[in-house]
Amino acid sequence: MAEPILFILMAVGALAGAITVVAARNPVYSAMGLLGTLFSIAVLYVLQLAHLVAAVQVVVYAGAVLTLFLFVIMLIGVDKSEDWDEKLPYQRAFVGGLGGLIILFAGALTVFGNFDWVPAAADTIPEATNGTIQAIAEPLFTDWVLAFEATALLLTVAAAGAIALAHYRRGQA
Amino acid sequence: MIVGAGLYMALAAALFLIGALGLLLRRNALVMFMCIELMLNAVNLTLISAGRALNDLNGQVAVFFVLVVAAAEVVVGLAIIVAIFRRRATASVDELSELRG
Repeated sequence: MAEPILFILMAVGALAGAITVVAARNPVYSAMGLLGTLFSIAVLYVLQLAHLVAAVQVVVYAGAVLTLFLFVIMLIGVDKSEDWDEKLPYQRAFVGGLGGLIILFAGALTVFGNFDWVPAAADTIPEATNGTIQAIAEPLFTDWVLAFEATALLLTVAAAGAIALAHYRRGQA
Repeated sequence: MIVGAGLYMALAAALFLIGALGLLLRRNALVMFMCIELMLNAVNLTLISAGRALNDLNGQVAVFFVLVVAAAEVVVGLAIIVAIFRRRATASVDELSELRG
């Protein structure tokens, strides 16, 4: 019976964090909201037996990416208040309309449809999706080994590009 | 599996919606970046819950690749933001209109 309780707790935490990201004036608060959302989603991963993905989520996202965000916030300065007056006049109205339409659509789905968006395979063995390191590594290094190597290349290129951008000096280009 | 996959996907849709609205509403480049991360995480949650419901491990493998691409994107994007800040001393995307035709 732990799953519904944990789901509700973590869903509320994730949504609260997401709203904090959007609504906070100070970017540091936004980063803290993002941290809460990432941790809540990691718990939701564990609930769905994706153990390794949850661990990687905490280490890579909450550890590395968010630290990078905080470094850049401190570098740029936290006290630069953002002006909220709109230079694109129709954008606020457009966002409001879009959000209203999507919420209406989701409400209609909830009321009239059902939540079985995925054809259920609930009666099969749940162990098949138990995302342990061994279970993940097997498809990763057989079926997806080319994509795996491509991501290694991508990370190298990204790191080299970041270093090149950081070395840029004015008038030197 | 007591909580169905549809509830996880509804949560992911809500997170994606909040991220998309934040991306459209905010002007600070850093906050816009965080909203993109929010949307990526929503998609990851969808992939995980779909893989769980379908008993397919490839959903979790796909999440790995999304994580790697997101990490590379953050590295390059933050480097660009810092480079822009060095030139223009601003992180607001409204100020960056040099390429306007």
